[in-house]
Amino acid sequence: MSLSQSEAVESGVSAPEEARGGLARDALRRLRRSPSAIVGAVLVTLFVLVAIFAPLLAPYSPTEQDLSQIRPGVFPGPSAEHLLGLDQLGRDELSRLIYGARYSLVIGIVSVTIGASIGILFGLIAGAFGGWVDGLIMRLTDIMLAVPGLLLAIGIAALLGRSLTSVMIAIGVVNIPIFARLLRGSMLAQRESDYALAATALGVKRWRIVLLHVFPNSLAPVIVQATLALATAIIDAAGLAFLGLGSPDPSIPEWGRMLAETNAFLANAPLLALWPGLAIVLSVLGFYLLGEALREALDPKLRR
Amino acid sequence: MLKFVVRRVLLLVPILLGLSILVFLFVRALPGGPETALLGENATPERIAQVREAYGLDRPVQEQYFSYMERTVQLDFGTSIQTRRAVTEEIKQRFPATVELAVTAMLFAITVGIPLGFVAARRYGSWIDNLSTAGSLLGIAVPVFVLAFLLKYVFAIKLGWLPSQGREDPRVFTEHPTGFFVLDGLLTGNPSASWDALKHLILPAVALGTIPLAFLTRITRAAVLEVGNEDYVRTAEAKGMTRAVVTRRHILRNAMLPIATVIGLQTGLLLSGAVLTETVFAFGGIGSFMAQAVFTRDFPVIQGGILFLAVVFVLVNLLVDISYGVLDPRVRTR
Amino acid sequence: MRRTTEQRSAPAGARPDAVPGATTGRGGSVPLLKVRDLTVTFGSRGRSDVRAVDGVSLDVFAGQTVGIVGESGSGKSVTSLAALGLLGKRGVTVTGSVEFEGDDLLTMPDDELRALRGRDVAMVFQDPMSALNPVLTVGRQITEILTRHRDMDRREAKQEAARLLDSVGIADATRRLTSFPHQLSGGMRQRVMIAMALACSPRLLIADEPTTALDVTISAQILELLRTLVSDTQTALVMITHDLGVVAGLCDQVHVMYSGRIVESAPRKVLFADPAHPYTHGLLASVPRLDQPRGTPLQPIPGSPSDTLPWSRGCAFAPRCSRQVDECLGGPPVLEPVAAQSHLLRCVNPVPLQGPPAAEGTP
Repeated sequence: MSLSQSEAVESGVSAPEEARGGLARDALRRLRRSPSAIVGAVLVTLFVLVAIFAPLLAPYSPTEQDLSQIRPGVFPGPSAEHLLGLDQLGRDELSRLIYGARYSLVIGIVSVTIGASIGILFGLIAGAFGGWVDGLIMRLTDIMLAVPGLLLAIGIAALLGRSLTSVMIAIGVVNIPIFARLLRGSMLAQRESDYALAATALGVKRWRIVLLHVFPNSLAPVIVQATLALATAIIDAAGLAFLGLGSPDPSIPEWGRMLAETNAFLANAPLLALWPGLAIVLSVLGFYLLGEALREALDPKLRR
Repeated sequence: MLKFVVRRVLLLVPILLGLSILVFLFVRALPGGPETALLGENATPERIAQVREAYGLDRPVQEQYFSYMERTVQLDFGTSIQTRRAVTEEIKQRFPATVELAVTAMLFAITVGIPLGFVAARRYGSWIDNLSTAGSLLGIAVPVFVLAFLLKYVFAIKLGWLPSQGREDPRVFTEHPTGFFVLDGLLTGNPSASWDALKHLILPAVALGTIPLAFLTRITRAAVLEVGNEDYVRTAEAKGMTRAVVTRRHILRNAMLPIATVIGLQTGLLLSGAVLTETVFAFGGIGSFMAQAVFTRDFPVIQGGILFLAVVFVLVNLLVDISYGVLDPRVRTR
Repeated sequence: MRRTTEQRSAPAGARPDAVPGATTGRGGSVPLLKVRDLTVTFGSRGRSDVRAVDGVSLDVFAGQTVGIVGESGSGKSVTSLAALGLLGKRGVTVTGSVEFEGDDLLTMPDDELRALRGRDVAMVFQDPMSALNPVLTVGRQITEILTRHRDMDRREAKQEAARLLDSVGIADATRRLTSFPHQLSGGMRQRVMIAMALACSPRLLIADEPTTALDVTISAQILELLRTLVSDTQTALVMITHDLGVVAGLCDQVHVMYSGRIVESAPRKVLFADPAHPYTHGLLASVPRLDQPRGTPLQPIPGSPSDTLPWSRGCAFAPRCSRQVDECLGGPPVLEPVAAQSHLLRCVNPVPLQGPPAAEGTP
C-alpha cells in the first residue's frame, strides 16, 4: 500500500551476500549508531509497552462515562483529574488513547502476519520453482497490485462486513502481493550468487540449496518490509476506521474511529482530534524510522 | 519505440481481464451472495428472486461471467442502491472533481518535492537537507485525513482564510460546461468563479499532495546523490562541461528514472487518499461518493468505483512505463 | 576541497626531494605540467584521515609519454584526479600546486578550470561502461565537447564527431553517432572515450588505467591507438597503470609510486634493465617468465599494501622489504639521483646497480 509499496520499489532488491550471522551482528552495530534507529526503536517500544500494560497505565476505564459533565457543545478540556479531558460522551480521553494502542498494535501485527506469511509462501514457491509457476504467481500479484492499496482494503473490508477481523483480513490481503514479489525478487537475485553456484558445484541437492541457503539469505528485505508494513497498517487501519469500516461497537477506542468522530465538532474541541492524531503519527513514525534504519543496516552495499 | 509502446499496451489486457475476474469472484464470495451486492442487505425475498432471474444468478458460472463481461464492456456497472441511478452515470458526474483534485495535488507535490529534494542533495548535510528529511518523515507518518483535519482546522475554521468544504460557494450561480470548475470559470468568462474554485481546491490538494511530496523529496534526494557519484558525471566534469550542463544533462536526466517510478506509484496513493480527503472537505468527487457508499453498503458503487479507479491507476502506470522508454534508451532497445 | 599552495617544509636538516622528470626536458624548456608537493587527505566524521597522496612532485614536458606505476592504494589515480580538481568537495583536502603552462590548477577559479578541462587537458578513465552517460547517444557526448570548447554549431559538431570516431578506428562512424553506450562493445566504448578526450587536441592527455577493464587483445589495440594518436599530435601523455607491460611498450619516463609517494623514477630502459628500488625490483621479479625452467618458484612481494608505515616514520615499504636495515626506520628517505641525473631513487639500501646496459636493445 502507500508506504510499503513505494518503499519496496525504491529499495530495489539488495540481497545480502554473506552468511546471516555476520550480517546480523554488523547490522546491529550499525543500528546502535544511527540516531533515527534509536528514535524509532524508542517510539516502537513505548507503543508496545503502552499497549501491553494498558490496564495498568490508564487511570480510568475507556468506556466509563461521566455524564455529569456532558452538555451539547461543551467539551471539558484537560484538567487535573482527566489529563486530556473528556470526549463527547464523557469518557476519559487519556484512557481511551492508551487502550487504543492495543487495537492498533493487534491490527498491525495480525494483518502484517497474514500478509507476510501468505506472501512469503507464494514468493517462496515462485522463487523456488520458476517457470510457469513463477509467471502465474507474478500475474496474480500484478492484478492485485493494480488496485491501489487502501482502495483494495476498503473493498475487502466492505465486503466482509463491519468488524475488526475484516479490517485485519483486508489489510493482510493487501500486503500479500507486496511480500510475494519482494521475496521472489530477492530469491532470484540470491540464486545467481556465487555461494549458490558453489553449492550446486559441490553437488548439494537443489531443494536444500533453495530452502536452506537461498531462502534464509533472501529474508533481509522482507524484515525491512515487515517493519514498514506495520507502519502502513496502522495508517490504513485508521483510515478504514475513519470510513466506518472497523468494529461497529462505538465504545471501542480505536484511534482512527476516535478521529472520525471528531469531524463533527472540530471547531469546538480541536484537541480531541489532536490526541489520536498525534498517537497515530508517533507510532507510525516509530515503525517507519526503524524500518528505514533496518534497511540501511542490512544493505550489503554499505558494508565496509 | 512504437513496438515498445504496443508491447506495453498489450500487457494491459491480461491485467484488466484479471481485474474483472477478481471483482467477479469477489462479489460471489460476499456472504449473502451477489444478490446482496446488488440489492443491499435489506432486500425482500421477492426482490431477491427478481434480481436472481434478471441477472441470471441461477445459471452456470461461465454464463454468468460472460453476461457480466458483456455488461462491463458496455460500462454497465449496475445501479446504485442509494441513489437509484446508474453507477456509470454517478461516476461520470463526479469524476472531474477528483481529477481536478488529484492533478492539483500531484502538481503541488512535483513542483515542491523535486526541487526540494534536489537542493537537499546538493547541500548534503546542511540545515536544508536535515529540514527536508525531517519534513518528509512527517509527511509520510501523518495519515492524509489527519493532515486534512489539521489544515481544515487551522486555515478554514480558526483563521478563516480558505473555505472549509465543497468545491465552490453554493450561493453563487455558476455554469459548468466541463465539470472542471477552475477551467469552467475561465470558459464562461467568469474568472471570479475560477478563483473561488481554486480557493476551494487549495486545502484538499495540499492535504492530498503532502504524502507524494514527502516521497518525491526523498527519492529525488537519493537519486541525485547516487547519480552524482557515478563515473559518467566525473567524465562530464573532466570534459569541462559547465556545472549547469552537468546538472541538467547528466545528473537530472538519469535521476528522472527512479523519480518517474515513484510518481507512478504515488498516483495510487492519490486515488485512495482522495476517498479520505474528499470526505473531510465534502469535496463531491468520486472519493467522497465511495466513502458514502461504504457507509451505506452500496455495493454496486463500491465495486464500480474500485474497478474504475484501478483502471485509472493501471493507465497511469502504463504512461509511466512508456515514459521510461523515452527516458532510458536501455529499456527501449531490448 | 581546500586548495592551498603552501609547501610542506622538509624536516629540518633533511635534503629536499629531487623532482622526477625535471631533467628530461629539452634544454631550457618549461615543463607543461609542474606538480609540486601534491598531498591529498581523505577524512570524514568518525574516521581517521587517510593520506592517499603524500607529497608527490613531478614534471611533464610537451610531447613526452610518462608512466605512473603502482598497486591499488598507491595513490596513482588520486594524483591525477586531484590535479584536475575532480575529487569532489566533501571530506577531501588537497594541498600543493599543480601548474599547467604556468597556471596553478588548484587555485584557479571554477569556470576557468572548466574551460581548461576537456580542451587543453583531457582524461580517459578506466571503465568505459560506467564512464559514459547511459541515456545520451555517443554522438551527443562527443558533440557537447565540440559545441562547448570549439564553438561549433550542431551540424559542424556532428561532422567532426564522425571524423573523430573514424580516427579512433570505429567503422561506420556516422551511424554510430546515434548509438547508445550499451550498444557498443567494451573496446569500442574506450575508443569513444579516447575520441572525446582528443576532440579538442589537448596538450596533455591523462589516461587512468585505460585498458584494465578490457580483454588483452583489445587492450593491445587501444594502447597502439593511443601511441599513434599521441605521437601524431605531439600530445603529452601520462599513463597511469599497475601493469608494467603497458608501461614497457609505451612510456619514455616511468615513475613508480608506493603508498602515496614516488619511490623511483627513471627512463624506461634504465628502469627495466636496472631497477634500484627493492619494490620495483620485486615487481619485475614477480612477473612469471617463459624463459625460466619449469618448476622455478614464483617470487611474490611478501605482505600486502596494508603492511605499511607512515612515511614520516621511515620507509613505507620497509615491512615488506627484504633489504630492510635499521636506517630504513629512522625517518623518511629522500628522493635523490643515483648514477644518472634522470634516475631518482627513494631508498637507503637499494639493489646494487649493474651499470649501463651492455648493448642497445636490451629491455
